[in-house]
Amino acid sequence: MGNILKLAIRNLRRYQRRTLLTSILIILGVVAVLLFISVSGSFKAMMIGQITDSMLGHLQIHRKGYLASIDSLPLDRNLQGKQIAKIKKILDNSEAVASYSMRIRLGAMFSNFTETTNIRLNAVQPQQELQTVPMLTERIIKGSKKGLLKKGEILVPELIAKGMNVTLGDTIVLVATNKDGSVNGQPFIVRGILEGISGPGGRDGIIHLQDAKSLLRIEKNEISEIAIRLQDMQSMSSVFTDLKQQLEPIKNKMDKPIFELHTWEKLSPFFNIAKMIDLMTLFIKIMLVAIVLVSIMNVMIMAVYERISEIGTIAAIGTVPGKILSLFVMEGFLLGVFGTLIGVIISLVAIASLNACQISFDFGRQKGLLLAPTISAADVITVAAIVIAIAVLASLQPAWKAAKMEPIEALRHV
Amino acid sequence: MMSVVSARQLEKTYSTGDIAVKAIQGVDFTIEPASFVSFIGPSGSGKSTLLNMIGCLDPPTGGSLTVVGKDITHLSRRQAANFRGEHICFVFQDFNLLPVLTVFENIEYPLLMVQNWPNPERRARVLELLKAVGMKDQGHKFPSQISGGQKQRVAVARALVTHAKLVLADEPTANLDQKTANRIIALMKAMRDEFGTTFIFSTHDPKVVGNAETIFTLEDGKLLQQTGGSHG
Repeated sequence: MGNILKLAIRNLRRYQRRTLLTSILIILGVVAVLLFISVSGSFKAMMIGQITDSMLGHLQIHRKGYLASIDSLPLDRNLQGKQIAKIKKILDNSEAVASYSMRIRLGAMFSNFTETTNIRLNAVQPQQELQTVPMLTERIIKGSKKGLLKKGEILVPELIAKGMNVTLGDTIVLVATNKDGSVNGQPFIVRGILEGISGPGGRDGIIHLQDAKSLLRIEKNEISEIAIRLQDMQSMSSVFTDLKQQLEPIKNKMDKPIFELHTWEKLSPFFNIAKMIDLMTLFIKIMLVAIVLVSIMNVMIMAVYERISEIGTIAAIGTVPGKILSLFVMEGFLLGVFGTLIGVIISLVAIASLNACQISFDFGRQKGLLLAPTISAADVITVAAIVIAIAVLASLQPAWKAAKMEPIEALRHV
Repeated sequence: MMSVVSARQLEKTYSTGDIAVKAIQGVDFTIEPASFVSFIGPSGSGKSTLLNMIGCLDPPTGGSLTVVGKDITHLSRRQAANFRGEHICFVFQDFNLLPVLTVFENIEYPLLMVQNWPNPERRARVLELLKAVGMKDQGHKFPSQISGGQKQRVAVARALVTHAKLVLADEPTANLDQKTANRIIALMKAMRDEFGTTFIFSTHDPKVVGNAETIFTLEDGKLLQQTGGSHG
């Protein structure tokens, strides 16, 4: 094998310009793919992290039918005491669940005593909420982040704060209608201003769960949703299946399931963007495969054509067809390895440089998001394996042709 | 003594569409070991075809051909390659050295890539051949850095390095000047004497013919005459 390697290296060096041009094509392809994967992957991971860690959690449980009418934030589809207890029992027994937070979602009128507007609110228990969506405090752009909020306080979404001209310490009034139709109002102190993010609930204000109960005159244990944080997000699909299996058998008097369980993917439209990014990554990978396939096949066909006489000579000397095949396949393999190696090195340097440059970008209403591209070893290994495998595959046909050549015909070739 | 090559009613017909050309027609001959044999004849007489058949590069279409005691009439590609690697070597008109290998590596190639000799023995054998062909100090050079005569010396060394019983040389002096050609012929004869190898030439060159101990004259694919050697 060492001798075949040596011969292959010498032959590649013999046609330096051609080897270099082919390698450059492969290098460019590898760099393009790895940079795209790292930048788009980091963007995707950042957005998913933001959505799950500051808003949705990884999974959510609602009463059946709640999600279908979530736009109206229906209070008559809240989870009730016994139902909540059953869910709590399941969640407390699951080792995959890191924490969960109970929420009441409601719509209200927001008044600064001179103007009134609509507001969507998320009522939470601060400690539970912070354990479940720990990045929520990072969205507080004004005001104390410590402890999220207390009873009687409100975190106002940035857009409403600007529109209604309210700031920290101001008193505002929330007026809400409960599920029986009675209206109630309650004053709140503006504790902080909350940055809006893309997706459902991204522009909701936050109040304490107890305040929501008193505002809506809810006396019993009642909530709209339970947001769940998992120990490991990678295990989401298996935990989802497991929890679903436990929740589905719990049925109402009409023998229909009481609960519905959803992953963040079902709840956020960003999942479709994430899928688009994955699709684009796939297309870029297919382009890389095409580049490698065409360039290596072209260079190897040329190599075989130019060395017909040499093939005849080594065949006449007694080199068996398998060894002749190996010689040419090794050249393709080396081109693939060389291109991949240099491509990976350049990509890693480029990724490090992008991180060092601290490039920021805007996404929707979010300004100054920091581009922090990273790439996993698995992605690098996958791309490298694809390129090398395709390089070998592309050189197989010309190599096969060389191995099958009749020595007598090859020797006659001028 | 067992002959190194034995042909009986040997035939080779090339077919192009409906046209069949008989390149060799019912040829009989035997060649003794360690002999210096030349096939001569005008162009198209079948010299190269005969050499190619003996070298297992082109299978006969009729008759039988035994080389080094083996009937090679119906060898597969792989069997033919293995047989060549073990018993036969070639010296070509255009030298056919591998340009990416040094002189040393070109001579080493059959030992390394065909016969898998272990390193110390391989190295010793290559050095022995380099010395024998007078290229002891040229081993590090590439073919592009040596003259035509030196290239043919290297080709002879490569042919002899595996202790091949048979060296087939197709017009080995055609691309050499007279002085160099004489040296190469003398070298091959000396190698024959030293290693007991059988040399078979296909040539027009009177110098080669003059040195041959057995001369087969071919015309239109038929053996017209044999001079010297034992008659088959």
